[in-house]
Amino acid sequence: MRSNLNFFSDQKFRSLFYQTLVVGLFALGIYYLTITTSYNLEKRNIATGWSFLNNPAGFDISFSPFLDFKSTDTHLKVYYVGVLNTLLVSFTGCIAATILGFFVGIIRLSPNWLLSKTAYVYVEFCRNIPLILQIILWYSILLQMPRIKQAIEIFHGFFITNRGLYSPKPVYESGFSTVFFFIVIGIVASIWISKWSKKRQEKTGKRFPVLWVSLGLIILLPLIVFYIAGSPMSFNYPVLKGFNFKGGMVIRPEFIAMFLALSIYTGAFISETVRSGILSVTKGQREASAAIGLKPSWIMRLIIIPQALRVIVPPLTSQYLNLTKNSSLGIAVGYADLVHGFGGISLNQTGQAIECMVITMATYLAISLIISFFMNLYNRSIQFKEK
Amino acid sequence: MKKLLSILVVSVFAISANAGTLDDVKNRGFLKCGVTTGLAGFAAPDDSGNWTGLDVDVCRAVAAAVFGDSSKVEFTTTTGKSRFPTLASGEIDLLARNTTWTLSRDVNLGFEFVGVNFYDGQGFMVPTSLGVSNATDLDGATVCIQTGTTTELNLADFFRANSISYEALPIETNDEARENLFAGRCDVFTTDASGLSSTRAQSDNPKKWVVLPEIISKEPLGPLVRHGDHQWGDVVRWSLNTMIIAEEFNITTANVDSNMSSNIPEVLRILGVEGGYGEMLELSNDFAYNIIKQVGNYSESYERNVGPDTPLAIARGLNALWTDGGILYAPPFR
Repeated sequence: MRSNLNFFSDQKFRSLFYQTLVVGLFALGIYYLTITTSYNLEKRNIATGWSFLNNPAGFDISFSPFLDFKSTDTHLKVYYVGVLNTLLVSFTGCIAATILGFFVGIIRLSPNWLLSKTAYVYVEFCRNIPLILQIILWYSILLQMPRIKQAIEIFHGFFITNRGLYSPKPVYESGFSTVFFFIVIGIVASIWISKWSKKRQEKTGKRFPVLWVSLGLIILLPLIVFYIAGSPMSFNYPVLKGFNFKGGMVIRPEFIAMFLALSIYTGAFISETVRSGILSVTKGQREASAAIGLKPSWIMRLIIIPQALRVIVPPLTSQYLNLTKNSSLGIAVGYADLVHGFGGISLNQTGQAIECMVITMATYLAISLIISFFMNLYNRSIQFKEK
Repeated sequence: MKKLLSILVVSVFAISANAGTLDDVKNRGFLKCGVTTGLAGFAAPDDSGNWTGLDVDVCRAVAAAVFGDSSKVEFTTTTGKSRFPTLASGEIDLLARNTTWTLSRDVNLGFEFVGVNFYDGQGFMVPTSLGVSNATDLDGATVCIQTGTTTELNLADFFRANSISYEALPIETNDEARENLFAGRCDVFTTDASGLSSTRAQSDNPKKWVVLPEIISKEPLGPLVRHGDHQWGDVVRWSLNTMIIAEEFNITTANVDSNMSSNIPEVLRILGVEGGYGEMLELSNDFAYNIIKQVGNYSESYERNVGPDTPLAIARGLNALWTDGGILYAPPFR
């Protein structure tokens, strides 16, 4: 008894004991929930298992830009389409939100009163109104665009309607692969040139017009090749035929509404993050760089932003995660994302709510962890390196 | 350990699941009934906030049968998607939400349909200005559908069978689908014909919309309960049957009292004057009397909610009694 007491008064043992106890209770709780659920499902004759994934879906999906989906395809394919649509709106949304956020964050600190107040109003307006209302607002506005029969042609082959923005679709003919090859060469060469010029500048102080040379390599060179190869590309123009436009490409209002709402909403948060990052760089840095004669745009790009990034990136990661998870609100306007298709229609048609929800949740978790992983890598690369 | 836990789990659920729903409802003092989020004629709150509609009347009939008071109902709104989990979890006792009776729902989802209170079929509605007269003319059209229903499966089947193309736009609720249709985001709206009539009645000018003649599916809509509680299933089934049988014998809210001294034996059995049919259901013997007195027979409910004199103006059609050319038929009260 006495030795036992001694054992327990050992701090190491005690902490180990409580930690084991907590983990054990947690595992027991999970175990309890699992068997309770399976017991209940069985009792209520609700089908379980994963075989439904290979059954034909039987319904159609409104928006599947990457995969060709037919109603005879399986629920598993519904899942793939949903994941791709979720990734599409999240990825484009994150990029747009970042650009918007950096832009607004910087102009909020501008000495120009009108600019900074406009940015202030945008930030306070957008981050204080629930996202779902903003999504519905954008969608309602887009529904007020001209009806399909009254489509406005803004440019040859470009139409605005409330069923989406139609544009000509490029059709690649044989010989275009050469052009594509030169685009790739241009990109690789530009990367090499940028590295080479940086090294040269560090050594000799001489600068090289990297931007112009890169643009020439990536755009001008393939363009010349394009004409030499005899313009191996044509356009498929959208034509109003029957009920809808046939041919061309279309961006649906559901996607546009989600994209606008997500990037504008998240952009407001990111701009605050950017602003705090910039303010975290001490005033002396700015004054010192001005003293050595750098021009204002260089001060921002070379001195302020690199130091601000250390403060900006961790909360930026959170904003990317938020945006990705918020994309699940697509259901409000019928955007065919993961929750709408697989977590909604498939769930409902098969009745296997637990399976569909587990898969959907696991997918969001996986996407979030992947984003975190890459953002953490990036974060590590921009931290101060002790030299 | 595992055994102990299993016993624990079983005992916990033995308490909640094995106690009959009828006893639960009686002890609670009111019925929990799941209805739509608002479909005029079937379940929608009126100007003073009271729920009315054909489906609502089924809930009220069950409350009248159990409590002798048709007002003892708490309505829970459910979407096409949430309705089944809501019923399965026991949050409601009964789902009366124009739900189509299908094999997989009856068997795979673990529910029991107790009858049919409206025979429906899926149709299409288009703007009159589109000049479309047949559903087969809809090649290439954009179709608004409410998700989570049998309609989207029927729709895919119909277009596949006729080898015509379409773009589906699945939308979460009927209201949003209606907004999309009215804004011209889609050319066609498809749902059960009754739902189309309801949607048309809600537009600013019903003449601008036309329901196409094709009915592409069988949609027997009926109330359902959880599978396995047969006593409760019987109560709901016979509450609905009572309304249909009452129409057959022309017993109405107005004349139910004078029918207490009828010379037709089945009428006396229905009204509980003879026989102990209520007791067999563990209800009072005047349960059918209460249903008819407080809710009315099927015809009264129909004419009040969806019939020709309402904005929905749906003719009886298949929903007439079998003696009047429809297929409405209830087993005898004996």
